[in-house]
Amino acid sequence: MIALQGINKSFKVARRTAGVRQAVKALFAREHTIVEALHNISFEISPGEIVGYIGPNGAGKSTTIKVMSGILVPDNGTCKILGYTPWQDRAAYVRNIGVVFGQRTQLWWDVPVIDSFGLLRDIYKIPGDVYHANLAMLTESLALTDIVQTPVRQLSLGQRMRCEIAASLLHDPKILFLDEPTIGLDAASKIAVRQFIKRINKERGVTVILTTHDMNDIEALADRILMIGKGTLLYDGTLNDLRSRFGSKRIVTVDYREHYEPVPIDGVTCLSWSPERAVYSMDIEVTPVASVIARLSEQVEVVDLEVGTTPVEELVLELYKEHRI
Amino acid sequence: MYLYLKYISILFKSQAQYRLSFWLLTVGQALTPLTVLAGLYFMFAQFGQVKGWTFYEAALCYAVIGLSYALSETFARGFDMFSSLVGSGDFDRLLVRPRSTILQVLGSKFEFARLGRMLQSLIVLFWSLSKLPIELTFPKLFTLMLMIVCGVLIFSGLFVATASLSFWTIQGIEVANVFTDGGREMAKYPLSIYEKWVTNFFTYVIPLGCVNYLPLLYVLGRTDGHQLRYMLSPLAGVVFILPCLLLWHIGVRHYRSTGS
Repeated sequence: MIALQGINKSFKVARRTAGVRQAVKALFAREHTIVEALHNISFEISPGEIVGYIGPNGAGKSTTIKVMSGILVPDNGTCKILGYTPWQDRAAYVRNIGVVFGQRTQLWWDVPVIDSFGLLRDIYKIPGDVYHANLAMLTESLALTDIVQTPVRQLSLGQRMRCEIAASLLHDPKILFLDEPTIGLDAASKIAVRQFIKRINKERGVTVILTTHDMNDIEALADRILMIGKGTLLYDGTLNDLRSRFGSKRIVTVDYREHYEPVPIDGVTCLSWSPERAVYSMDIEVTPVASVIARLSEQVEVVDLEVGTTPVEELVLELYKEHRI
Repeated sequence: MYLYLKYISILFKSQAQYRLSFWLLTVGQALTPLTVLAGLYFMFAQFGQVKGWTFYEAALCYAVIGLSYALSETFARGFDMFSSLVGSGDFDRLLVRPRSTILQVLGSKFEFARLGRMLQSLIVLFWSLSKLPIELTFPKLFTLMLMIVCGVLIFSGLFVATASLSFWTIQGIEVANVFTDGGREMAKYPLSIYEKWVTNFFTYVIPLGCVNYLPLLYVLGRTDGHQLRYMLSPLAGVVFILPCLLLWHIGVRHYRSTGS
């Protein structure tokens, strides 16, 4: 459904240097540097996937989204989405996609949300019955009933983001691009947004591509991760594969009845210790979790025990390290 | 067209959120150009006439250009304010919608407060027409309409061309105001009072003279033959807007390949 092949994109950026003399010089002759934003990016995405697109700031995430949504024309390479080349058949193509830029609004600032929806209906020429059915579904599942009559400028960030997502789905897009949909949201709003994304993906088969810095988004949503750094695609695979690649590490947290001495275990690092709780980190290929628990229960009276895997952030940091980003 | 009306209605609702500021602006907009008219009046009061033009003839000239300018500022304000749309990156949003960028930019702003300016020009228009000793035949009325419509095209063309520049540079667009505001101020007076090169510039490069001075000669019955040519000279406005739209399309293409 989505196929990118060898996409390259570079920008000419004016170099700015400090100092008055340099600034004056720049008025007459600017020095330009070529920044390679995307380098030979290729991947394919099948219908119904949720793909998390991650990478540090300035890695090229937004540029890729802009190429895929038809805003930018790449220097070379091919991109076929739903049979269209996004930048060539812009008007016909964008009818099939929804785009949410987390940092910017697509709603009209001073009017009630419902008016913005009405205008979008006309922009996309959505037939009446489709519009009303979608609107009903979206207001119900995103809990918008109480806020659609409110002007956008009076909404909280979480409320606004729910409206943004609704606005991008009114015209039944087959693909949804979400550029940092959870940025700045509180925990409750994040969870609501995630659940909804999951739901429309399941129920309507909408393919979702989301960029984010919040690894919990990825953990909760993405079947597949694409990681980009300095314009190059570094990783393409599932979260579990990424885990097994770096993740033979486990974190064991034990609560026990008061015990006033640390309990050292061979081959295991103790991350923290208190009279009631200790955290250990181990490599299960060297020391299996079971043996650690056995050693522990010999020495302390274990009350509670939790085994965790490496947090996604650390996996990503490992990848960055591996590729020296 | 229907969509454009919808855009306007939503913008009107936004504007209506700030009622007091809306009325103050409208009144203010109606009053400011009056100072120019007053200047015109006192000048004629002093000299009686300028290069053979009476006060009411000059006032008609002023009203036509004022009306065209007010109309295009009202409708094409989105282009006038376009650099902010590029600067904030909101132009990307327009590109992911299945409509032409021109329509969407037109629909992004609508300056209702300019209605005051429009009204003021309309009053001057009817006032000067009623004072002038000319018979308003149908062809003359038609020519007046054509002058206003094509005037709107020229000013809108200027706005579009200026807006297109912001695809290349966000700074330095002020220069273009020389043509929009400057052109408006120049064309408020009959072109014949200026130097030859000014007249040529505003006839052949930015054809404001074609929507104003030349057809006015016909309306006022000052032509010597070739009436049809004077009558239809405003169509230069149609010719003028075409390269402006072309520039716009080149600009959009440039934007999409550079992303800045």
